[in-house]
Amino acid sequence: MAAETVSNVVCPLCGCLCDDIEVIVEDGKISNVKKACPLGKNKIMGHDRIKAPMIRENGEFKEVSYDDAIEKSAQILAQAKRPLLYGWASLICEAQRKGVELAEEIGALIDTTASVCHGSTVVGVQGRGAPGCTLGEVKNRADLVIYWGCNPQEAHPRHRARYAHSVKGMYRPNGKKDRKVFVIDVRETKTAKVADEFVKIDPGYDYMAFSALRTILAGHADVVPDTVGGVAKEKLVEMVDAMKSCEFGVIFGGMGLTQTRCRYKNLENVISLVDELNAHTKFTLIPMRGHYNVNGSGHTLAWLTGYPFAIDFSRGYAWYNPGETASNDVLLRREVDAMMAIAGDPGAHFPGESLRHMAKIPLIQIDPYANPTTELADIVIPTAVSGVEVDGTAYRMDGVPIRTRKVVETEYLTDEEVLERILTRVRELKGGN
Amino acid sequence: MCVKEVILITGRTLKQGSNLENKMSDAYFDAAAQCEMNENLLTRIGASVGDAVKVSTRFGEVVVNAEKDDGLPDGHIFIPMGPWANAIVDPDTGGVGTPAFKGDPANIEKTDEAVLSVKDLIARYREG
Repeated sequence: MAAETVSNVVCPLCGCLCDDIEVIVEDGKISNVKKACPLGKNKIMGHDRIKAPMIRENGEFKEVSYDDAIEKSAQILAQAKRPLLYGWASLICEAQRKGVELAEEIGALIDTTASVCHGSTVVGVQGRGAPGCTLGEVKNRADLVIYWGCNPQEAHPRHRARYAHSVKGMYRPNGKKDRKVFVIDVRETKTAKVADEFVKIDPGYDYMAFSALRTILAGHADVVPDTVGGVAKEKLVEMVDAMKSCEFGVIFGGMGLTQTRCRYKNLENVISLVDELNAHTKFTLIPMRGHYNVNGSGHTLAWLTGYPFAIDFSRGYAWYNPGETASNDVLLRREVDAMMAIAGDPGAHFPGESLRHMAKIPLIQIDPYANPTTELADIVIPTAVSGVEVDGTAYRMDGVPIRTRKVVETEYLTDEEVLERILTRVRELKGGN
Repeated sequence: MCVKEVILITGRTLKQGSNLENKMSDAYFDAAAQCEMNENLLTRIGASVGDAVKVSTRFGEVVVNAEKDDGLPDGHIFIPMGPWANAIVDPDTGGVGTPAFKGDPANIEKTDEAVLSVKDLIARYREG
């Protein structure tokens, strides 16, 4: 059979959702991927899949049918008093919707990978507002781009070229020459090396730096100390001048703000800075979301429950209080008595102390690939790869929903099908309530 | 020698991200079971690139391979996000649900101990 090129495939790896990928398909199998970065290419190419559903018996996995794995999973979830359904980032909104139904049915906690990633951003936005714009606006208008606590050269490798730096836009016809790029980070990252200016800040001093910038912007540079978090006052003044005098500025915020001291307070402060800059020029902020549809998980959960992550249905209605109801909160308190990990890998990305509890409770994993979570799981249900074998909706980091494409057929059940079958069986077990 | 009170940062790298859906592979091990530091810190602990180093915090210890990155300031180390880094990060969720994956104080020293595979590392949690 001749090779077929599928064009305009949407990459299901990071929050850039690059929608210009070309995938070469031969005999129903993907043989090459063009235009994608190494992260996206490796995901779309795929590799050793989990062959069949598995249940752990006496410490060893035994292959079973989908029916058996779904039955056992439904029994665990129906009987659990404090179940946690975690993940929901590397899959489509349609499956996330089914997850909320399941959570409500069994009175579970449902939480997304945002709680170990941009949850602080989400909380900051709830407190202070979302001064966002689309990446298209950045491409066409931005002349000042600030990457703060993020490293797109390694985490979002095509971000600069497609949206923010070298790309030519309607009002930035010369691309890189029409823009100035700052990187603020605790280390000289690969992104810092390609920026116009690298400003090194001490770890944990972002909040103070934002306060200093706001103070200078308000005309009170005289009360700012000579250095703030290792950054010279002259540099901060220079930054404020650049911010005030640009035509369209954007701050891209990363984990350097959300996973450090002050967490969501960093976001509240930088959003206040952006707000105040809008008295002088147009300024915006976009979080550099990691998983391709973690932003969609926030949207889906919010439109269905009112809250974007860390939602507790144990009261019979949606309750939200990250710090109390996020995955690591409840795992560290040893509160959870059963857990499902779907389209997220807590085994690799939760602190060891949380894994110690995960190892003690029944753990159901739904994922196309084996990963550290598999090593702790009691039931493993392999599924189709969303965005490659299943089409559906995903939200880009700037909140633009994009329909992902199905590139090849699969014999694996989709996440949505597995969730639907677990939900149906749970309802039967619980007596149709 | 053991150098105390360095600052541990964890995060994405290109190689770690390229093996996100391939975490049981040798490529992921090579990408994530490592600790980057600048030349000066390598010299202070008496290690060369590729030597095993033990990084400890008040939450645990982990052995990884030393790597050089002169982009890191003195006294800072970087371990790519993943099970090795997360063996020692501060789990406290800071009132918002997010553990402190960046900025933890740590000690680092050269060691003769072996770097654990993903399977062996995670097996420790099954043992309690």
